[in-house]
Amino acid sequence: MIKNAYTREKLAFSILFLSTLVVVLPVILILIYIIYQGWHAISWDFLTQMPKRGMREGGIFPAIVGTLWLVLGTLIFALPLGVLSAIYLSEYAKDNFLTRAVKLAIINLAGVPSVVYGLFGLGIFVIFLKFGASILAGSLTLAIMVLPIIITTTREALDSVPQSFRQVSLSLGVSKWETIRRVVLPHALPGILTGMILAVSRAAGETAPILFTVAAFYLPRLPKSIFDQAMALPYHLYVISTQVPNIKLEIRYGTALVLLMIVLSLNLVAILVRAQFRKKRKW
Amino acid sequence: MNPIIQTRNLNLFYGTFQALHDISIDIESKMITSIIGPSGCGKSTLLRVFNRMNDLLEDVKVEGGVFIDAKNIYEPGVDLVELRKKVGMVFQRPNPFPLSVAENVLFSVKIHRTAAFKEYGDILEQSLRAVDLWDILKDKLKTSALNLTLEQQQRLCIARLLPVKPDILLMDEPCSALDPIATAHIEELMDQLKVNYTIVIVTHNMQQAARVSDRSAYLYLGDLIEYDSTEKMFTIPKDRRTEEYLAGKFG
Ligand SMILES: Nc1ncnc2c1ncn2[C@@H]1O[C@H](COP(=O)(O)OP(=O)(O)O)[C@@H](O)[C@H]1O
Ligand SMILES: [Mg+2]
Repeated sequence: MIKNAYTREKLAFSILFLSTLVVVLPVILILIYIIYQGWHAISWDFLTQMPKRGMREGGIFPAIVGTLWLVLGTLIFALPLGVLSAIYLSEYAKDNFLTRAVKLAIINLAGVPSVVYGLFGLGIFVIFLKFGASILAGSLTLAIMVLPIIITTTREALDSVPQSFRQVSLSLGVSKWETIRRVVLPHALPGILTGMILAVSRAAGETAPILFTVAAFYLPRLPKSIFDQAMALPYHLYVISTQVPNIKLEIRYGTALVLLMIVLSLNLVAILVRAQFRKKRKW
Repeated sequence: MNPIIQTRNLNLFYGTFQALHDISIDIESKMITSIIGPSGCGKSTLLRVFNRMNDLLEDVKVEGGVFIDAKNIYEPGVDLVELRKKVGMVFQRPNPFPLSVAENVLFSVKIHRTAAFKEYGDILEQSLRAVDLWDILKDKLKTSALNLTLEQQQRLCIARLLPVKPDILLMDEPCSALDPIATAHIEELMDQLKVNYTIVIVTHNMQQAARVSDRSAYLYLGDLIEYDSTEKMFTIPKDRRTEEYLAGKFG
């Protein structure tokens, strides 16, 4: 039995601090380990050359390009659709059973395992719509996966715009749509951007959704059109780590490092944008 | 007498709660009419009837007639955009947009495209002059409106209305966030503005009603108890309840 309040305070603090440390430590260790193991592999050639000799030598250029293509494609489909439906849900939809069901569905979509999206994309885009394994099919699959992220963050951004802005605008004889376009959206923009960047980093990092829909095992050339297959970083990493024997460790970790850096720097940008937004916001 | 707003047997319900009972009132053009009464008696509700801002709330039902320039504004097919251009509103808390002074004043002009770019300067000056802000702010047109004092912000909110060219200004307790000196300034401003505009002001401050308004309406629990020239109502109220309220017995 500890009677002294001061000692108990100390103890509580230590337990809370240690718990936090246990959470953060693995992340830091993984980072350090990957940087340590992979950083020798990083060179200009590694980033800009085709893979050679069954991926045992050369660079990862096509995988980087493929990932960029996929990210771009994902955004083209998911951003307009997600933002528009978020506007509908937040600004127009009446609060009835159907709307609540849709909102619940969107929240749940965020929890669907990514391999399920992969299978869905295979069934719908690759086979049924006959896009084949292609950048188009992969982008659409990733787009569906990130839609809940975009919708949720956009709705949060819209909801954070004070109601009084809308009232003032409407009371000045501005129509509802113009009010949304001229008042609500500009003030929600940083929040929407944050969601977009989170979506990008998710799309760049996932393996399962692209596994059956776009990713090429080994394709040492750049894709020519959106109907081409493409290499992509996460899948490439999976391949060289598990499917190809005798690959130098540093190539594996170098690839992991590049992927990690892309995703982390995107997240960092998202955090900075949001921080800037919070600082500027005075209402 | 030249009424610009008329209500006939107006009832308003929030869901099942009736907030306004059978209100028939004629509001005179180019005068200041105050709506007074204790908190929660339906003053803001009545005011929001005149520009149909109640429509933003779900589950509001309005019965009876509300006429502006003899046109029923609750008829189907009424253009809310046109109505709200004609009937402007000043809110209880000064609520400029977090934009520059100029952007606030020109907000509606840019959206409604009612003026060419080269007229912006004139509109800006006229609007700010009308609320006595021009001399103070003419060198600070680009500063954020949020840096102004509350009084200046409220003036700016009035200036923001003027380019829309409304006939009627609705003001819902426009001074409740201001100190007495700023309040006196805004009251002076209202007196200047009534030459060109019909003003309806909600206030729970009886002295303010007595100072600024030509006519006063006393609302109590959603009923219009008394409506008369301010002078008459404040000297010889007809209804015992008005008398008690003015004597400060409640509210
Ligand atoms: N959106 C609303 N939903 C339900 N009841 C409301 C709403 N707004 C106001 N009321 C009710 O209507 C009555 C009048 O409110 P209000 O017009 O705001 O009064 P006042 O402005 O005189 O203080 C009050 O009883 C209030 O609770
Ligand atoms: Mg009120």
